[in-house]
Amino acid sequence: MADIRVMREDLRPPASPPRRHFISIKDITRDDIERLLATARTFERSLEREVKKLPTLKGRLVINVFYESSTRTSSSFELAAKRLSADTMSIKSSGSSVDKGESLKDTAITLGAYDPDVIVIRHPQIGAPHLVARVTEAHVVNAGDGKHQHPTQALLDLYTMREALGRIEGLHVAIVGDVLHSRVARSLIQALGLTGARVTLVGPPALLPRGIEAMGCDATTDIAAIGAADVVYVLRMQRERMQEGANYVPSLREYSARWGVTPERLRPGQKVMHPGPMNRGVEIDPRVADHADALIETQVRAGLVTRMAVLYDLLTSGPVGIKTESVLEVA
Amino acid sequence: MLFVKNAPKENLVVRGARVLDPVAGLDATLDVRVDDGMIAALGTDVDTNSHRVMEAEGMLLAPAFVDPHVHLRTPGREDEESIASGTAAAAAGGYCAILGMPNTDPVVDSAATLGSLVELARLEAEVPVGFLAAITKGQAGGELTEMAELAAAGAVGFSDDGMPVAAPGLMRRALQYGAVTGRRLALHCEETTLSRGGQMHEGEVSAELGFTGYPSVAESLMVERDLALAAYERQPLHLLHLSAWESVQAVRRARAEGVAATAEVTPHHLCLTDEALRSLDPNLKMNPPVRAVSDRTALIEGLKDGTITAIATDHAPHARHEKEVPFEAAPFGVTGLETAFPALYTHLVEPGLLPLRTLLERMSAGPARIYGLDEPRIAVGSDANLVLLDLKASYRITEDVFRSRSVNSWLLGQTLNGKVRATIAAGRVAFAA
Repeated sequence: MADIRVMREDLRPPASPPRRHFISIKDITRDDIERLLATARTFERSLEREVKKLPTLKGRLVINVFYESSTRTSSSFELAAKRLSADTMSIKSSGSSVDKGESLKDTAITLGAYDPDVIVIRHPQIGAPHLVARVTEAHVVNAGDGKHQHPTQALLDLYTMREALGRIEGLHVAIVGDVLHSRVARSLIQALGLTGARVTLVGPPALLPRGIEAMGCDATTDIAAIGAADVVYVLRMQRERMQEGANYVPSLREYSARWGVTPERLRPGQKVMHPGPMNRGVEIDPRVADHADALIETQVRAGLVTRMAVLYDLLTSGPVGIKTESVLEVA
Repeated sequence: MLFVKNAPKENLVVRGARVLDPVAGLDATLDVRVDDGMIAALGTDVDTNSHRVMEAEGMLLAPAFVDPHVHLRTPGREDEESIASGTAAAAAGGYCAILGMPNTDPVVDSAATLGSLVELARLEAEVPVGFLAAITKGQAGGELTEMAELAAAGAVGFSDDGMPVAAPGLMRRALQYGAVTGRRLALHCEETTLSRGGQMHEGEVSAELGFTGYPSVAESLMVERDLALAAYERQPLHLLHLSAWESVQAVRRARAEGVAATAEVTPHHLCLTDEALRSLDPNLKMNPPVRAVSDRTALIEGLKDGTITAIATDHAPHARHEKEVPFEAAPFGVTGLETAFPALYTHLVEPGLLPLRTLLERMSAGPARIYGLDEPRIAVGSDANLVLLDLKASYRITEDVFRSRSVNSWLLGQTLNGKVRATIAAGRVAFAA
């Protein structure tokens, strides 16, 4: 009898690893970043082969839910899942039950009923991925929540910088423009902080949020500050997020005259990045956007392999580093 | 000015509690006998006269609490709270009187609407309840309500709570005309051109999380304006739910200069800072928002030195589905009637930040004085308004502890010390656990 009991203990399946999400750079470590970048590198090489599809995530289901318009992020998540042989489904808010007033909670529960392995969500409101993580059993990947976080963008930006400059540690990155409305900036400041780069924010006073220096960066309104940087990271002027009559800047014309990134404001050899979509002639001069030192197309390619790495990392039994089981617990 | 359902008065003896009335300077282990709803005897071994006996050894008996700021959601959102459920929640929190705010649907801006609430309270209120009426019609900030008639119909005071009276000229007229009614104006101080879109306190945490900030100066600027008008018109006023240290400073200065200004603070502003918002829990979304450590410290200091004389819960029930959304989509407001004492006892008294007797005074006599209500008192001849507290009891806040119809509490999941065991309100046992 005793032997049988021991047998039963041994046969019990191992406790399932904690469900992992990728919601905020704040939740991960430098080791996680290094592992994800290394995985992305491997995938980059696999994409050089003639047959680009890997069987790795065969039978897995990845659902992309996009409540905001997107070209780069939604297409690269979908292709990333397909390249790894996962089944994919894409839901957009327009044309779905969201139009009929369905709440995010109910939409998430509905999609959760298909037992997806991963839900990738973009939403205009901060905290939407946390809600999805709470009401479904899926791993949740944040593809942008309001002005909060866009962690896979930060990851692809790090990947791009390392490809172009050979390192991240010790780099000086100037992030220019509308920091206030930018989830890209928030994730990138944290990711660069984790990997040992220095960050200077440059922009008009009302678009540099009060207290932002506490994230471990400098902030200045002086555009000349970009001259000292290795990488000039240009943010999009987010006209769609600006409140009517808020007067963040007197006019776009005045903004581009004062803070537009032009060839005259750059040193030769400085790398320029932009998360897209660009407002040519507003935050970035077209001559800069089309110059060989611009890494904008590299960023797009990096988006595919880093997103493959994120999906792979969450769904394979690799080291557990990305956590957020109890994100909604009150302090 | 307070209304409660008709019920027989109590005959009972509370035996062996530590009886603490900070205003009367009473602190002793005594028996308290209540005859027909009135305190008839205080002493050791008082004759029970065959009354019901409540054994209270090891517990604390204090004057019951008064909450000057509650949202009863009636009329209009009875799914979130009713007079019956809100006053039952108040009883469970140790309150013998609460005041309801007029931002209902419709707004309490006419004697007819007020009259229907009074009627309802007389039928179903578990503890005495009073009502504030709006300062402006529909709280729209355009025209004054018929304040004299509303006062005659039973309004305890006037407030556009939830909204500021934006135009200074209209605010001045309200102060002038309010004097005729003998009722105090209670002001929600917010300069909306500074707070617009604001989700939480503007500072390091909002910068990192990406939320639009609601800066302290949006409150303090309006506090300064209203104090200046009150000084000029030589009229009293009451400032609702202070959140910023600049506001505390302004009230302290104005009071020293002789302005008859009073102020209140909520349990959440006394216990929390904006760091808590990192959880993105919609039950931490309130207006005004919880602010920085320096603000919290100033509010506690203001409460201790008497700049702030009342603790108000700003109990704001919201339907479950309205809070189960991303933080930015959630409405402002948290509940508080049932947790005010244990939250403040656990977070302020036990760590030594606030003396127990100050807490008891600011939850009872302090708020009563602001609106000219009878102060709960433990003395022979007073109406029995008593709360029995078990300071050694500890319990976990879960959704099923609430008598309120809503559960949007910032304390869910926390274990608190100090439990309300019984509430005697207007001579009747309104709650006993």
